[in-house]
Amino acid sequence: MNRFWRGRRIPLSWLLLTRQPVRLLVALAGISFAGILMFMQLGFRDGLFDASVTAHRLFDADVVLISPRSASSVSMEAFPRRRLVQTLADPDVDGVTPVHWGLMLWRNPETRRNRSILALGFNPDDPFFVDPSLAEKTDALKQKGRILFDQLSRPEFGPIADWYRDGRVVETEIAGNRVRVAGLVSLGTSFGADGNLLTSTETFLDLMPQKPPGAIEVGLVRLKPGADPEQVVSRLRQRLPKDVSVLTKQGFIDFEQNYWKSSTSIGFIFTLGAAMGFVVGCVIVYQVLYTDVSDHLPEYATLMAMGYRLSHLLGVVVREGFYLAAMGYVPAYMAGQGLYWFVRDATKLPVGMDLSRALTVLVMILVMCMLSSFLAMRRLIDADPAEIF
Amino acid sequence: MAAVVVDNLSHAFGQGEMRRAVLQNISFIIEPGEVVLLTGPSGCGKTTLLTLIGALRTVQQGEVSVLGESLHGAGRRRRQQVRRRIGMIFQGHNLLRCLTAEQNVQMGADLLPDLSYRARRDEARQWLRAVGLEDHMAKVPHDLSGGQKQRVAIARALAANPRLLLADEPTAALDSRTGREVVELLRRLAREQSCAVLMVTHDPRIVDVADRLLQMEDGRLKNAV
Repeated sequence: MNRFWRGRRIPLSWLLLTRQPVRLLVALAGISFAGILMFMQLGFRDGLFDASVTAHRLFDADVVLISPRSASSVSMEAFPRRRLVQTLADPDVDGVTPVHWGLMLWRNPETRRNRSILALGFNPDDPFFVDPSLAEKTDALKQKGRILFDQLSRPEFGPIADWYRDGRVVETEIAGNRVRVAGLVSLGTSFGADGNLLTSTETFLDLMPQKPPGAIEVGLVRLKPGADPEQVVSRLRQRLPKDVSVLTKQGFIDFEQNYWKSSTSIGFIFTLGAAMGFVVGCVIVYQVLYTDVSDHLPEYATLMAMGYRLSHLLGVVVREGFYLAAMGYVPAYMAGQGLYWFVRDATKLPVGMDLSRALTVLVMILVMCMLSSFLAMRRLIDADPAEIF
Repeated sequence: MAAVVVDNLSHAFGQGEMRRAVLQNISFIIEPGEVVLLTGPSGCGKTTLLTLIGALRTVQQGEVSVLGESLHGAGRRRRQQVRRRIGMIFQGHNLLRCLTAEQNVQMGADLLPDLSYRARRDEARQWLRAVGLEDHMAKVPHDLSGGQKQRVAIARALAANPRLLLADEPTAALDSRTGREVVELLRRLAREQSCAVLMVTHDPRIVDVADRLLQMEDGRLKNAV
């Protein structure tokens, strides 16, 4: 404690910043702006990747079979249904659900325009969703020609949810076949699908008669309690032929996300956007600190002439950078929260503040301010105390 | 031990053909507690001599020793250490604009080793009282008059408890009456601390405060009184 008080000095960095409130505000606005930009870009990126698997997460499965030729949820290829039946031979497998998966043309009942929608077909008697409230609704699909509509679908599909809630009979056409909405679910949109619908295998095949009934796109496998999915996956991989890929549920989620991350420029674009925010922030902070050091150069030189060490003065600049980072982060964080809320409301994307992103941006802002203060220091090193007489 | 010993000091700026001698064979001694005035026409090398004694420049030729420390061949770090023991007052006041008078003086007191923050602050306040600014401690330099600023600068220089005070035309920005007051204050306080003073000045009205007068012309001392 004693040592601490002994080391206490006049908070020069703090006073240099706060005695020029206008410049401080400009600097903080710039840093916050950069932070908001980073929050936005990273939030969009993660939100979009997250949205691509909202449906995947809901499935009641421990292990998932897909075709090795499938690239993503919008281009699912078929594989023989009997591969899924073969998994039942494994002692740890409890049950399976075959799933048909494909894009269909949905006619907006209001505007009569067609739009591509992702349709999932499964047997309503088989377990499909983990969530019991969703699972309950699938009973309605037992009747032919009935579908469940995702109420988080984009409005271009028509005011289906509103009409349904008003008690109207909502009917429309898919590929020339009449379908009726038998209920609403909440799945969420993604890159590939602007909307989702669920239906029974029977109805699905009626709507897409060109699909061979012996082939499915996704096979959900449920394991007995206590079974290790990793072990089952490796056993099934050995046992099943190479015309099918065996994944854990997480592997299935990763498969979908990896497609959007690596095979499209989406990840790159948003990361680049965040990098731009970083660069803009660097320029602003550097500019502020550089002007600050230049303006106070005679004063810094005076301190050097008085016998202060150069390292002491460099510490003043570093601390200024640190204070700017800390003070600029808070409004950026709060504005980020607000904007996430706004984006969630407007786009239905699952964008939210999570700890890792909050920390990422904090570290980026810190690095930004430190980097700028190191650059601004070069100006200070030029300060020659002999010049001030 | 003398406060300053300058022995056969020469200094030049520039290289090769551009080389221009500024100081030539200068020798003098300042005893502890002595107040010495250095005068001479502009460009005669007064300020260069001051920066050499103040350990702000590297000594090229000859010997300068300040408070027993030889400055010939002294590196950056060594000169910085020597500067801590020298008080400096500049032509402009060179106060830190963002600090109050009290904080400015404390920047000087902060150089004292092994004192608590409170002790250093009390030191600063005591010096401000000594220069008669006890009612202006919380003011920033912008709100002080020229004479008050220069008095804060004197308090700051003395707060580091120096044994040598270097002043470069401390009255240049002041009217004659204020200038006179400031210089007399400076001499009185330096005497009390038995601190030697070397003051560069053009001002003929203040020569009588000096114990001794050094006159320079064209890089040489005219009279070694």
